[in-house]
Amino acid sequence: MTAELVLEDVHVDYGGVAALKGVSLSVREGELVCLLGANGAGKSTTLRTISGLVRPRRGEVRFAGERLQALSPYQIVARGIVHCPEGRHIFGGLTVQENLMLGAVQRRDAAGVRRDLDWVLALFPDLAQRLKQRGATLSGGQQQMLAIARALMARPRILLLDEPSLGLAPVVVQTIFRVIRDLHRQGTTILLVEQNARQALAIADRGYVLESGRIVSSGTRAELEADVQIEKAYLGA
Amino acid sequence: MIERWQARVRAMSLLAGLALLALALLGLQYGASTYVQRVAVDIGIMIILTVSLNLSNGYTGVFSLGHTGFMALGAYGSALLTMTPQVKALNLPDLPAWLAHVHLGFLPALVLVGLAAAAVALAVGYPILRLTGPYVAVATLGFLVIVHIVIINAQAYTRGARTFLGLAPLTNLWWVYGAVVVTIYTAWRIVNSPIGRAMLAVREDPVAARGAGVDILRARLWSFAVSAFFTAVAGALWAHFILAFSASSFWFAVTFEVIVMLIVGGLGSISGSVAATVALSILSEVLRNAERGVTLFGYHTPALYGLSQIVFALVFIAFIVYRPQGLFGDREFSLWPILARWYPPLREAVMAGRQLAE
Repeated sequence: MTAELVLEDVHVDYGGVAALKGVSLSVREGELVCLLGANGAGKSTTLRTISGLVRPRRGEVRFAGERLQALSPYQIVARGIVHCPEGRHIFGGLTVQENLMLGAVQRRDAAGVRRDLDWVLALFPDLAQRLKQRGATLSGGQQQMLAIARALMARPRILLLDEPSLGLAPVVVQTIFRVIRDLHRQGTTILLVEQNARQALAIADRGYVLESGRIVSSGTRAELEADVQIEKAYLGA
Repeated sequence: MIERWQARVRAMSLLAGLALLALALLGLQYGASTYVQRVAVDIGIMIILTVSLNLSNGYTGVFSLGHTGFMALGAYGSALLTMTPQVKALNLPDLPAWLAHVHLGFLPALVLVGLAAAAVALAVGYPILRLTGPYVAVATLGFLVIVHIVIINAQAYTRGARTFLGLAPLTNLWWVYGAVVVTIYTAWRIVNSPIGRAMLAVREDPVAARGAGVDILRARLWSFAVSAFFTAVAGALWAHFILAFSASSFWFAVTFEVIVMLIVGGLGSISGSVAATVALSILSEVLRNAERGVTLFGYHTPALYGLSQIVFALVFIAFIVYRPQGLFGDREFSLWPILARWYPPLREAVMAGRQLAE
């Protein structure tokens, strides 16, 4: 069974206001898929639905053939779907090391956890020097790196990244995107939500474009880049 | 290398600490007045209450106002388990037969009431620990009110609102400080384990904790149950120390006294809880004696009854204003910086070890 993530006709509403109106998409093993769209299009809601933080009113979310919407968030993490939320949500009062270990909170293989700790610290050398520092004392870029590193500590089969470039300096954005591309090359499956459409598309295999809760366009990187409408709407002509 | 060395030093300082504690207890037992001994027992019980409350209120952010209910459960429960059938027949003639004939030793009674309190905590916590912030505080306060009303009405078991008596004076310095050591050790082990990290994550940011894969309810229930266990043990120790109590002994006064000590010590610091409890208990004891009037440098102060509580309240307000994070914040007291300061070779060894590690 390949570990494919499938959303089928997913409807979500927040207190009567429809956020997703029938979203269908899929992410196959090893792919980097990006989800583009303006503010309020439903990108984050899509990720939150996959990770179980919100429940769909209708439709289905399946991973490797299993329906996810009956599971609790921690059970979904146990299936290997790890959500790196928008706004980073690191634990400010805890040290960098404690933050990272919390990513591995469900894992029982101590040796593997230690190996992965070395691995993520090699990905983000900035963090290696700050293991004992509290999360709140990190810069915005370092916090984003910590959030991604923490998600990786869970050894995800699919990594859901929500706006990793939000509010970061251009140089840091470059670093983050380079790491995402490297992770993809190393075989991590990634569903990436971004407003920074041009850069996201540049490293993605495929993409979907969301507009007020519906998918209005999808295709490979080349197809999306060639699409004039998208060019106008999201990439800036 | 440096870690192994640190672990060895840590184990040695733990042993040294235990030896010091034993010496202090011996000193208290043979060299101190009964009054000082009683104060020491009282402080030990308060330490257990504060450290265990810290597990839920401090580390997990489940701000419980209902822990005194678990204390009451420990007090009444252990009394019913340890009293002899004859005493029970005299004081509690309406007890059901199965309970009237139970007569257990102190240790099994302590463990049993602890387990019973943990079970109650799980049952009560399952619905109410889904709440957060002030809602948890109100819901747990509701639990305390329920316990209070049950005690007043379960006359056959508790003598209702009347004073409960007939307990044997089983609590002594050794029992109390034995329990203190077990409580602190357990709390410390939990806090430094994966479940402890999960508890901290729940307090820091529930959304991120869920995203990281923490089962929030389970982490909250764990801390609530362990905390209830030790609170009940403290209640049992207190009951067998004070020997006569009633439903009103387990009400707002003791609830808030423990919360003040917890906040002054620092939410999320075990050593802070211990330090604040010791300091505030001694302060309140000194003030209570001063209430009767003292002669200082030839000047005699008049009797000022109630003084200790007013000063206590002022200390609390001052802390909230000037040091809201408490004595220690959420840090632990550590010997390392002090040792390194007074003994340079140690500091150099640590630095060298650090360089080696890099």
